[in-house]
Amino acid sequence: MLPTDALAVFADAAAVPVVEFPFESRYLLSTIYVSLYVSVIAVGLSTVASVPLALAVGFSEFRGKRLVTSVINTGMGFPSVVVGLLVLVMVSSQGPLGHLDLVFTKRAMIISQFVLATPPITGIALAAVTGVREDVRDAAFALGGTRADVALTVVKEARYGIATAVLAGFGRAISEVGSVLIVGGNIASANGISKTRTLTTAIRLEARQGRYELALVLGAVLVAVVLVVNAVVVRLGDSKTSAGGGLR
Amino acid sequence: MPIQRRAFLATAGTAATVGLAGCSSVLGESNGGETGVAGETLTLTTTTSTYDTGLLDALNKPFQEMYGVTVDAVAQGTGAALETARNGDSDVVMVHARSLEDEFMREGYGVNRRDLMFNDFVVVGPESDPAGIQGSSSATDAFAAIAESGSTFVSRGDNSGTHTKELVVWDETGVEPGGNWYREAGAGMGDVLNQASESGAYTLADRGTFLSMESDIELSILVQGPIEGGPELLSNPYGVIAVDPAVHENVNYDLAMAYIGYVTSPKGQQVIEDYTANGQQLFFPRALSEDPDFQQYVPEGWSAESND
Repeated sequence: MLPTDALAVFADAAAVPVVEFPFESRYLLSTIYVSLYVSVIAVGLSTVASVPLALAVGFSEFRGKRLVTSVINTGMGFPSVVVGLLVLVMVSSQGPLGHLDLVFTKRAMIISQFVLATPPITGIALAAVTGVREDVRDAAFALGGTRADVALTVVKEARYGIATAVLAGFGRAISEVGSVLIVGGNIASANGISKTRTLTTAIRLEARQGRYELALVLGAVLVAVVLVVNAVVVRLGDSKTSAGGGLR
Repeated sequence: MPIQRRAFLATAGTAATVGLAGCSSVLGESNGGETGVAGETLTLTTTTSTYDTGLLDALNKPFQEMYGVTVDAVAQGTGAALETARNGDSDVVMVHARSLEDEFMREGYGVNRRDLMFNDFVVVGPESDPAGIQGSSSATDAFAAIAESGSTFVSRGDNSGTHTKELVVWDETGVEPGGNWYREAGAGMGDVLNQASESGAYTLADRGTFLSMESDIELSILVQGPIEGGPELLSNPYGVIAVDPAVHENVNYDLAMAYIGYVTSPKGQQVIEDYTANGQQLFFPRALSEDPDFQQYVPEGWSAESND
């Protein structure tokens, strides 16, 4: 009798969400996974596109350079909902990319976050690259460096600025809710595994239902994830410094 | 080897067809072919009320297991859900605004609409009830009193099923809502209930979402819907519609029809009947009726007079 009762009480306690652990771990983990998967890939692609762009714009003098710079800087303030709508129009089955069947997938979310992350990464990287003193460039050139060598030297000199750029892009991507909600659809399967639900859209879902505490718990998880990613990037930057120091 | 596999498929298909014969007439069709629906994904756009109450997860789990498929449920408002379907981005919609559904059908985007379930809307407001509508048996009288007293009313303002119903009630009341007391939130039901609760305002809510949030907010039901003997005007019927594959050939029509077959089957309807939140039933099955309303054939020049 007693053990059965105790078991029932235990089962009840397990069924009722407790403050310490209000979400099933597979729900939380799959949501974190989707957030990281989408943001990391989007920021990775964006970095690959942005840094050469920043170098190209930063090194060359051409008419309209100011205009290009202000377009990039304006892009930093581009509303994510608008980006989401534009991407939706592109990937919707009626849109130009419709045949790829991208709507409500992680890939569509990567596209929209790529669009969102590229302006801040390019903009901040551009500032960092422009900030590298001209004599460093001249020295690299004078030592017989090719254009690529000069570019590499500048990137090395500007690495902290570029790391900041990447982190800013990542911060924008992972904390963004408007576009991923539109193009991703905030989908989780009936057994609680996230498909296109990110931490931000999960927060949105809880807040919509007035479950503010749960939303805040998820918010804390998001901050923790961003903190860890920042720590990792900074650590990478530091180890690069020592490696670079050893070489030179 | 391939022949064996084919024989196995045929046997499995037959077994499944026999086993589930009562549930869906479509199943036989789709399993009779070489492919079947297993492993496919159904995209369902629906309203926040079916999703946020948790009904949809309860309803979709058995369906996914039965067919070996995945249901991607995207919770939007009724207007947005239908718009997504219009763009061919979803296979089936589950919504609750008859006038918008009829428009969708009339434009030719949807086929095979079925009544699914119903609950009702309730007028909720603060305990203090500044407009004095408590216990009113008429939604229009209550709305008139709210407008008359200039008490704050939060509208969904998002072209959702609830918003559509609210506008119908204002229309019947003969009041053009506007002015300082009328706030269009442009947000989902949960947000609006929170906002109304924070500012001591009235709003129109679907009973399901209200019940599932009742313990967290300081609002109470002031005018009941038809389930508790209130006016028929506040009824809230849900329909399920497949997207027409003749308009969007990319949609998964077989699976959409399997889904509609399932949710309107005795099994699906039982899930709806049994689903409770805080001990209360939220939705009432409607598909199983002695006089079923199939809505499969829409004649030329058919008009969409509301038939609530």
